[in-house]
Amino acid sequence: MTALSDVSSHAMASARWRISEVAFWALALACAFLFQSRYLIMTDIVRLGLFALSLDLILGYAGIVSLGHAAFFGVGAYSAGLLALHGIINEPVIALVAAGLVAAVLGFLTSFLVIRGVDLTRLMVTLGIALLLEALAERFSDITGGTDGLQGIEMQPILGLFAFDMFGKTGFFYSLIVLFILFLLARRVVHSPFGLSLRSIKNNPLRAAAIGVPVNRRLIAVYTLAAFYAGIAGALFTQTTALASLDVFSFERSADLMLVLVIGGTGYLYGGLIGAVVFKMLQELFQSITPQYWLFWIGLVLVVIVMVGRARIHRWVLFVPNLVIRQFAGRKAAVAVPESDVS
Amino acid sequence: MTIALETRNLEKSFGGLRVTRDLSLKVMQGARHALIGPNGAGKTTVINQLTGVLTPNSGRILLEGADITGLSVHKRVLRGLSRTFQINQLYADLTPLETIGLAVSERMGRGGDWWRRMGTRADVNAEIAEILSRFHLLDVMTELTATLPYGKQRLLEIAVAIAAKPRVLLLDEPAAGVPESERHDILAAVAALPRDVTVLLIEHDMDLVFSFADRISVLVNGGLLTEGAPDEVARDPQVRAVYLGEAADA
Repeated sequence: MTALSDVSSHAMASARWRISEVAFWALALACAFLFQSRYLIMTDIVRLGLFALSLDLILGYAGIVSLGHAAFFGVGAYSAGLLALHGIINEPVIALVAAGLVAAVLGFLTSFLVIRGVDLTRLMVTLGIALLLEALAERFSDITGGTDGLQGIEMQPILGLFAFDMFGKTGFFYSLIVLFILFLLARRVVHSPFGLSLRSIKNNPLRAAAIGVPVNRRLIAVYTLAAFYAGIAGALFTQTTALASLDVFSFERSADLMLVLVIGGTGYLYGGLIGAVVFKMLQELFQSITPQYWLFWIGLVLVVIVMVGRARIHRWVLFVPNLVIRQFAGRKAAVAVPESDVS
Repeated sequence: MTIALETRNLEKSFGGLRVTRDLSLKVMQGARHALIGPNGAGKTTVINQLTGVLTPNSGRILLEGADITGLSVHKRVLRGLSRTFQINQLYADLTPLETIGLAVSERMGRGGDWWRRMGTRADVNAEIAEILSRFHLLDVMTELTATLPYGKQRLLEIAVAIAAKPRVLLLDEPAAGVPESERHDILAAVAALPRDVTVLLIEHDMDLVFSFADRISVLVNGGLLTEGAPDEVARDPQVRAVYLGEAADA
């Protein structure tokens, strides 16, 4: 029956690995060996990429906007910090998962507030929750260290084998591996029937329900998953910097994350990762030119992106790489960024 | 004959406006039942209450004898009540393959699978292939729905509803806006619906209604004006006055 084999091969087509994806990860690994003096900034990028991946899961796939994603980042960061500080869980990997789970519980509980209502309500509710947590962290300073943050965190070696070093090499590889594993999981999820149902909800929730999709249950599930990812990103922050202070909850952190996805695009998983690289590099560049007014330039870039359109910029940027790739892999091979939009 | 879908004394008001008035409707098992009425008669409001988008102020809705008045939209779908949409509500940036895949996965209770990739379950694939070929969509299955000809989109609309394996299917103006050249495919698809599926057709097009329906209910101002076999309804002077007369004038 050819129709059947056609159906199964086409249905699986979107989940197949593309050359451009393999190239992306090969490049990421290559950076680890090429720029040995820049581990700290690269770790920063990897963390931001993971955090952005988390927002992409709810924004790019389920259409949930959030201006308070730092809530989960912060809870993950403080959880990891407290676990290490009080010696509750000394092994970083287990502590990382535990911190992610704490954030996931918070995500599950707050999801009921977020799934009801439209975009504007969601923006306000998510923003409110993050502000609330920031205030709580300040109020209970005997636990969180208040404005000083958690002091004197000492990280034990990963799996008891790899100690964190002062150049950040261990921290970088640790973060990159965590990012890659969670990326694989996210990739699996978005290409599953569950992921397809999320896209249908984002498109038209009423129609999704008429097809038989339990809309609210799916939104709760993906919001909880995204909170887990953000919590892990926060925990990585604490573990690799041995710091946790109130600014993990800050509004700027949530807003920057939105910028990252505006730069990289949503709904194809790489947007957050590419956006994180571009955002951090622009930040570095502008800060070196004008330490005081770098935000002006970031703002300008943002306006240009929105006005010119991301699709067009992607085509320009990918023009040269695609010329090279076509030389090696034939006409059809090309790096393409799927069309998407921050709603 | 058993009753597939029934409403009992259904009432719905928006503010001071009574859009559904004491509506008691019985759709028999396997029937080809049409619900007609002039513009503004409240047909869409009835559909929205049947499918669970709107909650009636009072009255009950029964599907195969079971009260479904309080059930959510997706639970009614799983119970076997499915609908098509009059205005295009398809997923513009999904392909027909993905759209049908979604509906079949949800019906089989596989929609929550987050670990398995699409296309790896043989039973789901077989059903997708069967539905796509039945509705002549195999050749366009990987194209984006937005780029399909309108007639194909209407076929996909019916196909999605059928993918939920409904026992009762609500067809909301299936041929609305379809160009004459593509109409035949739609009418053929509607005529070829399995006999064990009960169909409630909401339609403006009198040719389609009288060629398809074996029973017709006429809705006027939110209430039931009359009900009967097509020839009875066509002869009814009241119906001619409020509806067919109007149609003839237009």
